[in-house]
Amino acid sequence: MLRKVLYIDLSKEESWVEERQELFDKWMGGTGVGIRLLQEECPAGTDPLSPATPIIFSIGPLNGIFPVATKTVATFKSPLTGELGESYAGGRLSLALRFAGHEAIVIRGQAQQPSYISINDSEVKIKDATSIWGIDALTTGVILRDREPGVGRRSIIRIGPAGEAAVRYAGVVVDTYRHFGRLGLGAVFGSKNLKALVVSGTEHVDVPDVKRYKEVYNRLYKTAVQTDVMEKYHDIGTSVNINVLNWLKGLPTKNFLLTSFPEGEKISGEMFAEKHLLRRLSCAGCPIGCVHIAALKTAFSTHHEFEVRKVSYDYEPIYSLGSNLGVVSAEGILQLIDVCERLGLDVMSAGVVLSWATEALENGLITSKETLDVPLQWNHVEGYSRALENIVKALNEFYAALGRGVDYAAKKYGGMEYAMTLGGNEVSGYHTGPASIVGQLVGVRHSHLDNGGYAIDQKAIKKPMDMETMVDEIIKEDDSRGVFNCLVGCLFARGVYTEENIIDSLGTVGIVKTKEDLQDLGKRIFEEKYKFKVQEGFDLTSARIPKRFYETVSSAGLVAPETIEEMLRLYRKKRGWS
Amino acid sequence: MQESQAEMMDAAEARPDLGPEGKNATNAAKPRKRRRLKVAHPERCIGCLGCMFACSRTRTGTVSLQNSAIKIQTQGGIEGDFRVVVCRGCQDPPCARACPTGAMEKRPDGGVVFHKDRCIGCGSCEKACLVGAITLGKEKKPIKCIHCGACVEFCPHGVLKLEEVPASGG
Repeated sequence: MLRKVLYIDLSKEESWVEERQELFDKWMGGTGVGIRLLQEECPAGTDPLSPATPIIFSIGPLNGIFPVATKTVATFKSPLTGELGESYAGGRLSLALRFAGHEAIVIRGQAQQPSYISINDSEVKIKDATSIWGIDALTTGVILRDREPGVGRRSIIRIGPAGEAAVRYAGVVVDTYRHFGRLGLGAVFGSKNLKALVVSGTEHVDVPDVKRYKEVYNRLYKTAVQTDVMEKYHDIGTSVNINVLNWLKGLPTKNFLLTSFPEGEKISGEMFAEKHLLRRLSCAGCPIGCVHIAALKTAFSTHHEFEVRKVSYDYEPIYSLGSNLGVVSAEGILQLIDVCERLGLDVMSAGVVLSWATEALENGLITSKETLDVPLQWNHVEGYSRALENIVKALNEFYAALGRGVDYAAKKYGGMEYAMTLGGNEVSGYHTGPASIVGQLVGVRHSHLDNGGYAIDQKAIKKPMDMETMVDEIIKEDDSRGVFNCLVGCLFARGVYTEENIIDSLGTVGIVKTKEDLQDLGKRIFEEKYKFKVQEGFDLTSARIPKRFYETVSSAGLVAPETIEEMLRLYRKKRGWS
Repeated sequence: MQESQAEMMDAAEARPDLGPEGKNATNAAKPRKRRRLKVAHPERCIGCLGCMFACSRTRTGTVSLQNSAIKIQTQGGIEGDFRVVVCRGCQDPPCARACPTGAMEKRPDGGVVFHKDRCIGCGSCEKACLVGAITLGKEKKPIKCIHCGACVEFCPHGVLKLEEVPASGG
């Protein structure tokens, strides 16, 4: 397997390939290679939206070759938090990159005019996108589909108007239903005048030992489809957690004022599945099919005329745009998800921004003068839809502030105690206890998926766990997920990829690793990421924790500030930072 | 001829679970039957491409979409419906009729046998197949389904089925 990096310089309008075998040998691929390339490419203190910052995409040695190794990682400097930007997307991108022969891509500079990049095997072209600038993310995909080669085996990733307008939590839509959602990659695209990237390839991969490859492939495939390790994702999908967390008092409701939603049943995964689920899809190379697509059918006249929109849903958007905004209907949530899809906004940050604004309006920190009479009220779907449009248009100072994230808006207008961010990133849909809070705060990208703190909390509810054990679990997950993210597998499949299975599957592509090698790799990657974070100003000792977390009951009861302080102290000590 | 025999052996090896009946399909005592791949439930496809990988892995030992004889096509991206394209094993195969060198040879039982050594890579078979089941690989030689059923086992939703049809059936 030839390990190469494709460099594309938008300013100079040129591209070239460099062989970086050593980089891949030492850092495996995916997030390991991504963070190292970021360190190489991104000078300290650079404005995240300036031409000097890079966008890096990388896949790992198993992508396209083994089941459920379906993700691509984007590494960049986040315009939302000002530090490490890291986001993962599925769809067909990793497969397209594999067969185009590029395991990592670095995009530098800034195009002179709206442009898109077309990669077809080794051919790289920077093309004019002037005529599609301003067009929504869904339509952009439809247009490029007809212009570019590789039907059925390509990936089209693109931004909507939010990315063009540099909304700090604009995402990149991947093959329609998947996203580089978090931390503002869309804004970085926009700042580079980059509307889209289309990748397709016709290469194939030869494995050294076909017989062994088939053996290991079959084992992993069977584990994924025939055992219950991925059951949750087969059936209802991640949204099965709406009811579960609602019962556990862990479902953030109305900007975390509550953690159980009396109307939760109406927006449960079961309700979505029964009333709205149209079909399920999968990322290329995954037999599970966890992508749940709902049909949203709305009448636009009284003469039985309907518009039908196909909208993908999951637990997180149902939390952020649903319970978190007091929205009591699945239709309302689907409508808001659809607005975010078209504008190209991260659904999670968007929901938390709106929930903060709703509360700030209730509390009189802002008035209808700021909101331009848009009714920012719980469950007011039309009001929220209009607000999202206004944010992207930066219609006035208030909406422009909302476009910079909750932290920025709360600094300007107040309401910091219920500005629900950790590490500057709008929080995920869990108030399960201390591990979720600490996990998101210490996590490299301030995501619930960095270390799965919410799952540690849920374990602790069943069987009490002391603070030290919780911290140990967080550290273990931090590091092991770092390794898994080098392979850029889907985190839903982490049960399939046991350490043994990782070693065996790497072996079939000629990469020999021991358990110790992998553990060491996990630690090194974590350290490199923290080096970057600290360099860009992240300081765990002064990181803000919204008071609201201590005021609203969690699945583990009320969380005391002292618990969080102690866990953070333990965390720093165990990481050797104190 | 060697080439075609190799292909037929591939088919039997790829389906070790076929059992003695499957391997002795020409047994004169029973009505002659052959196995044919069928797209039983195309609407259940989730677009995982597992069948395509199974095909190229089993038949060519590579990880590839291009080397797959079965094709999952999108129509209007993944928002649209998937189209599952497989060889129908025609009774009167247009690909065999179109082939100028006899590389695509009609089997007496139905379907075709491909003789790679006779193929000149002209692409007539590809053009003749209305279904679109034949594509030319990198060497300009057709990639053709041998109805081995390897893909069936890697379809998580029962889209594909290996069916038995009368040996002369179309």
